[in-house]
Amino acid sequence: MNKAEILIIDDEPQIRKLLEITLESNGYKVLQAETAREGIIMAAAHPPELILLDIGLPDKSGHEVLKELRAWYNKSIIMLSVLNSEEDIVTALDNGATDYLTKPFRSAELLARIRSAIRRNETHDNDSKLVCGELDIDITGRVVTKNGEVIKLTSTEFNLLVLLAKNEGRVMTHQYILKEIWGVGAQMETQYLRVFIGTLRKKIEDNPNKPQHIITESGIGYRFT
Amino acid sequence: MNNFQPRQYKSSTQYLICILSVLLVAAACHLSAEFIGYKTVALILLMTVSVLAMLFDILPVLLAAVLSALIWNFLFIPPKFTFHISNTEDFLMFLLYFFIALVNAVLSFKIRKEQKKTRDKEEKEKTIKLYNTLLNSLSHELRTPIATVLGAVDTLKENEAQLTAVHRNELLSQIDTAAIRLNTQVENLLSMSRLETGMLKLNIDWCDTNELINAVIHKLALEHKQTIVFEPDDNLPLFKYDRGLIEQVILNLLQNAINYTPANATITIVAKQQADNCVITIADNGKGIDEKELPHIFDKFYRVQQSKTGGSGLGLSIVKGYVEAHNGKVYAHNNKPSAGVTFTVEIPAQASYLNHLKNE
Repeated sequence: MNKAEILIIDDEPQIRKLLEITLESNGYKVLQAETAREGIIMAAAHPPELILLDIGLPDKSGHEVLKELRAWYNKSIIMLSVLNSEEDIVTALDNGATDYLTKPFRSAELLARIRSAIRRNETHDNDSKLVCGELDIDITGRVVTKNGEVIKLTSTEFNLLVLLAKNEGRVMTHQYILKEIWGVGAQMETQYLRVFIGTLRKKIEDNPNKPQHIITESGIGYRFT
Repeated sequence: MNNFQPRQYKSSTQYLICILSVLLVAAACHLSAEFIGYKTVALILLMTVSVLAMLFDILPVLLAAVLSALIWNFLFIPPKFTFHISNTEDFLMFLLYFFIALVNAVLSFKIRKEQKKTRDKEEKEKTIKLYNTLLNSLSHELRTPIATVLGAVDTLKENEAQLTAVHRNELLSQIDTAAIRLNTQVENLLSMSRLETGMLKLNIDWCDTNELINAVIHKLALEHKQTIVFEPDDNLPLFKYDRGLIEQVILNLLQNAINYTPANATITIVAKQQADNCVITIADNGKGIDEKELPHIFDKFYRVQQSKTGGSGLGLSIVKGYVEAHNGKVYAHNNKPSAGVTFTVEIPAQASYLNHLKNE
């Protein structure tokens, strides 16, 4: 059914092999490149549905490749990295990466991220209604219902939820969310963000202590699923 | 022992300081020439050279010795303002001065060199000892999981026909556990080396401690049988600290409690504000830690006697390092009269009561 094409740009043959088996057995079509150069040429010749891009490539840094790709490629790019460096990840996200995974990662996690990143390719920014699991968000009517019941949200909570839901499957940095919701100049006010995420979780999550929709990416930002 | 630290100045600075101090002292003596005789001046200059010898390398000090001898001759030994010395006693004194100043410089230098050698040797021994402990611990902690992986893979490949589905699954989960263990060890080593090399950079920001603790509990959900109790306090303020590091602190402490308590134990986590600190306690009702061992549990590579569970002995020392990087404290005590251990983490942190306004 889903014959979506995924391009892997990674110089480690073992990782490529593993990804190839995992992805193909889940119905994806896999393309492989082992250098940045090769990857960019392959992506340009035949733009895939999603790119898995390693940050540490032999000929060029993955950050550079990301910038080059983002000049014309607007589908999802998931970064892979062995370095669990917050700085590195935030840079990649700011340069337009959709998501990131730190090696070693679990296949189930990878597949979940790929599914939501591909779903993201299909969502349209101009939709007036969003459906996320049991949540229905009516953007024009500014109404949110959960299992058919209306949830009362303050104006800021609603804006925050819409921003998160519109970017489902993407990791958004604290800076980005703060700028979008509170405007330029509020980027340092992470305490507001924490408080509003907390209250929003209490209203939309079944168990706010074990959030299923708003996931915290430690030191980086939030992901909506 | 560390009183004298040669080579802390650049060599040009050393020369400059040596020359200037001799000139200054000589000038001062020259100005007070009517109060002190030229023989006393020799002693004052000798003292200057001795002080310099304690601080600097041999060459600048030798220069100071020669310079001071010449200045003494020129400015102070009669007839003044010539290098000529008229009487034999003065000439002898000049030679003695020259000799003592030089010997002084050379001896101080030798003593310092000896001290440095001893210091280097001690440091080297310490490094070697640490290195050996590390190697011992590593070869065990890394090889055990590697052996598990290789063994399990061999069995899976070669005895495919004879294996029951249950055994196959058992072997696969063995590989899984081993890989996770390897990864934990590597992370621990990386954390340790970041701490040791001073490469640790705090990324301080507002954190929701309740959320953080819930995330850690969630992360370890599949790895334990014990009951974990945590009741988030809605009135707990946000605190400013490095979320990633404190997450590791709580994770290591909780992991520790899980590893060292029986399956029916209860682990209780409490987060509260106390004075200007964010205080987190992790208490279990296991069998506790021998009082004699308590002071050592945060030491690098220290492992509790007769501990059956594997561990590199790094987990708690990383906890200590990360908490201290926040200028905080971590300590453990046995619960009395009830059983078990309580670990307490105190992090001095700015608090925000913004969450009290949240129902605006």
